[in-house]
Amino acid sequence: MATALHHPARAGVLLPALAGAALLPALLIWLDEPFYLVLASRIMIYALAAISLNLLVGFGGMVSFGHAAYFGTGAYVVGIAATHGLQSAWLSWPLAMAMAAAAAALIGVISLRTRGVYFIMITLAFAQMMFYVFVSLKEYGGEDGLALGARSAVWPGLDLKSDTVFYYVTLVVVVAAIGLLWRVVNSRFGQTLQGVRENETRMEASGFPVMRIKLAAFVIAGAMAGLAGALAANQNDMASPGMLSWHQSGMLLIMVILGGVGRFLGPALGAVVLLGLEEVVSGYTLHWQFLVGAVLVAVVLFAPDGLATLGRRWRRG
Amino acid sequence: MKKTIAALVLAGLASAASATDQIRIGFMSTLSGPSAALGIDIRDAFALALKANGGRLGGVPAEMIVVDDQMNPDTGKQLVARLLKKDRVDVVTGIVFSNVMLAVAPAILDNQTFLVSANAGPGAYSGEGCNPYFYAVSWQNDGYHEAAGHYATTKGLKNVVLLAPNYPAGKDALTGFKRLYKGQVVDEIYTKLGQLDFAAELAQVRAAKPEAVYIFQPGGMGINFIKQWVAAGLNRQMTLITPGFSADEDVIKAVGDPMLGMFNTSHWAHDLGNAENRRFVADFQKEYGRTPTVYAAQGYDTARLLDAAVREIKGRVEDKPAFGKALAAAPFKSVRGDFRFNVNHFPVQSYYLRQIWRDPGGRVTNKLVSTVLTNHADFYASACRMKPW
Amino acid sequence: MDAILLAEQALNGLQFGLMLFLLAAGLTLVFGIMDMINLAHGSLYMVGAYLAASVATASGSFVLAVLAAMAGTAVLGALLEGSLLRHLYQRDHLHQVLATFGLILMANEAVRMIWGPEALSLNPPQALSGPVELGAELFYPAYRLMIIAVGLAVAVLLYFLVAHTRLGMLVRAGASNREMARIMGVRVRLVFTLVFAIGAALCALAGALLGPLLAVQVGMGESVLILAFVVIVIGGIGSVRGAFVGALLVGMVDTMGRTLLPMSLRAVLPPSVAANLGPALASILIYVLMAGVLFFRPQGLFPARG
Repeated sequence: MATALHHPARAGVLLPALAGAALLPALLIWLDEPFYLVLASRIMIYALAAISLNLLVGFGGMVSFGHAAYFGTGAYVVGIAATHGLQSAWLSWPLAMAMAAAAAALIGVISLRTRGVYFIMITLAFAQMMFYVFVSLKEYGGEDGLALGARSAVWPGLDLKSDTVFYYVTLVVVVAAIGLLWRVVNSRFGQTLQGVRENETRMEASGFPVMRIKLAAFVIAGAMAGLAGALAANQNDMASPGMLSWHQSGMLLIMVILGGVGRFLGPALGAVVLLGLEEVVSGYTLHWQFLVGAVLVAVVLFAPDGLATLGRRWRRG
Repeated sequence: MKKTIAALVLAGLASAASATDQIRIGFMSTLSGPSAALGIDIRDAFALALKANGGRLGGVPAEMIVVDDQMNPDTGKQLVARLLKKDRVDVVTGIVFSNVMLAVAPAILDNQTFLVSANAGPGAYSGEGCNPYFYAVSWQNDGYHEAAGHYATTKGLKNVVLLAPNYPAGKDALTGFKRLYKGQVVDEIYTKLGQLDFAAELAQVRAAKPEAVYIFQPGGMGINFIKQWVAAGLNRQMTLITPGFSADEDVIKAVGDPMLGMFNTSHWAHDLGNAENRRFVADFQKEYGRTPTVYAAQGYDTARLLDAAVREIKGRVEDKPAFGKALAAAPFKSVRGDFRFNVNHFPVQSYYLRQIWRDPGGRVTNKLVSTVLTNHADFYASACRMKPW
Repeated sequence: MDAILLAEQALNGLQFGLMLFLLAAGLTLVFGIMDMINLAHGSLYMVGAYLAASVATASGSFVLAVLAAMAGTAVLGALLEGSLLRHLYQRDHLHQVLATFGLILMANEAVRMIWGPEALSLNPPQALSGPVELGAELFYPAYRLMIIAVGLAVAVLLYFLVAHTRLGMLVRAGASNREMARIMGVRVRLVFTLVFAIGAALCALAGALLGPLLAVQVGMGESVLILAFVVIVIGGIGSVRGAFVGALLVGMVDTMGRTLLPMSLRAVLPPSVAANLGPALASILIYVLMAGVLFFRPQGLFPARG
């Protein structure tokens, strides 16, 4: 993988993919397999969460092992808002993003003072703290999670309870969010961020406000993960502490790695592979996680170029 | 993909036939972890009843799709989504834990699929929240504990410490106990669901110095609690009363002799005298080599209820009002004796006192002692405003 | 506040802390010397518990079960290190995290495939299943006292090993400056395998000892693993002494917090709220502690490196 800082969008690949995604519901209904719409929506939601993590890991060189905290926070904001009567998606989803961003800002300010393995550990620690905070909120479900009485209201006449409607809404939101992230990555900010990943000392010496850049990336990534969480809460009809667990953070990292760190849409591929594997293999055996683990170990050991590039950056930092 | 094609073909063939050829049971239960014995017992007993019927319920071939919720509401939700939308089951049953139940019930009931609980009986669905598609074959969560509270009062225990996990059924348990217990509750301790080390709580109990302790700790939690209770020497200082859940065959098998003499309350005992029960216990022991627990009795009854109801509607499971009506009428003989549903689809039944003894064969097991509550309706039924089918 | 209650909780905290130490010691050495984050450390603990349960059921002897578990897990650890993990030493931490996370998944499923999904029961020896009178109305379970004794004995042994033996010297050299140690001709590969195997054996000991108190189940390693990482970060990566102090600190804070906090909260809040808030706050407290250490003294309390 080249260290080019620009990540083009290839229309030849993207347009057919989008068209296919738009036509998927029709196909599935014709095949009388509506369940896969639910799966497809889930994949899109996790793709967004993983792509937001990649902003940090792949483009920023920051390995956050606590990204699920923002995902879960977004979900809980929607749940708590619903409990207090706030049903409109136009209010609760941006609120979810804002709260996730705030959490990311707070956690980032402290965590970004550390480096390397300590950064990994401290992001993990903060995610665990958030996990226990939500477990302790008994009025909001505690350990069992918070049920959403009804899904968010998007538009009169559009009921998110319908799997098809939910799919299309998710498609629009996720594509828009990923588009935004793509613009961020290709903007001057994005290029600066990648510069920081390449050589932080030099960037600092050149006068760039490195800490602020990293924090900004952290906050943007957190906000997008929060949006994914808001969608997830709607799909599950609940928010639960499990969404903040380190297992969840690990799963997001796996998606990033599988798809190829530093490749912009890589995590989307990672989400497709991981969740697809889960669905297909679990139909044959209960032990599908064994396969996932084996694939992960194999990918790491026999790492393709993308991983190696990241590796080289890390050894220097 | 192969499975999908097969399902499609079957679906095509099935729709060509006149009546439904099959009834699909979505069996979701806790089949792993320390409390797996509960789900396994329900599943095994259900399968036993099915087998005795030649794999049919009410004359119609039954497909049992078994999945493991791992005592996790998140996992339960994913699995139920699949059961409803992909497998398109007619009935969901088998759920052990109330927190899982509460997480998955809305989706099932909204989908107008029958949810026939073989264990969890949360208060949320027995009062105002009663639902025409929800049936509990087992009991309402408070039942066992009301019986225990009543027993503690009649036995003259002046003060108790209460202990239960902090989840819906745990809270229902202590509420139920306090409803019929007239003595003093010295302390009410809530543990974490799934907690296995009770050192801290046992120290608290010791410091509180009550006459008796009432615990609700199902499955593996109960096993650990009782072992640690004995290890801490508390069994020498105070009486331990439990609901049948913490004193059934699975716990006895793990703990053994230290449990001798313990009293517990239950809606069923394996030495209940009716013919159905005698046959069930004998069959279960022969098939699986162990004595059934209350969970097994519930699983067996669930299968037999479904069998009777489907037979009543002559296999036409898609006719939901008819199916619902048949279920509510409950035209079957339970291993508990006579069985009837209240207006909220929860049973009206008796609760018994059991004691753990060493039977003539040298085996440590439960003995039926007396009846504590006769034909007891649950507390919430009067709040149920549901119209019958 | 009851003195007996305090004493009992202090003992509980000590017992928990010592078990954490067994896990943290191996973890900190591996991290310190080989610079490797090993998430699969918790899986070794799980395997140790399962082996102990199987051997105990088959042989009826608890002591044999513990020894067999330690030996078996040490061998497994050595094999794992030699075949797979050694390739990760040169890699960056992200890859180590991901590969060992993959190992956790594989280990969980492997255990499920071999032993089934139900939890196994492991019973303490009959002689230790009752309480011991520690004087003045304080009864404490004999089994837990034994755990404390074993934990302290292991701590002393490890201290002796690290401070007064040749192997220990090599370990300390490797922890403080790996390159230098290698240049000076230390048989680095062998030391690594040995260190890993010892860490694995300690995990297995903890798993076997805790088995009767908890449940031998799939995934049992994961909750303690996180705590073990907290311990070594607080104590200082690579330092066994730091692991000891950190483990006792975490054990005490967790246990005391779990009881003292709900009790004080119960004075002002309803029981179920206090019961939930207490443990939650106690858990958060541990991470706050860790975050604080990372912030002010990132090398930990007893840094191994100069």
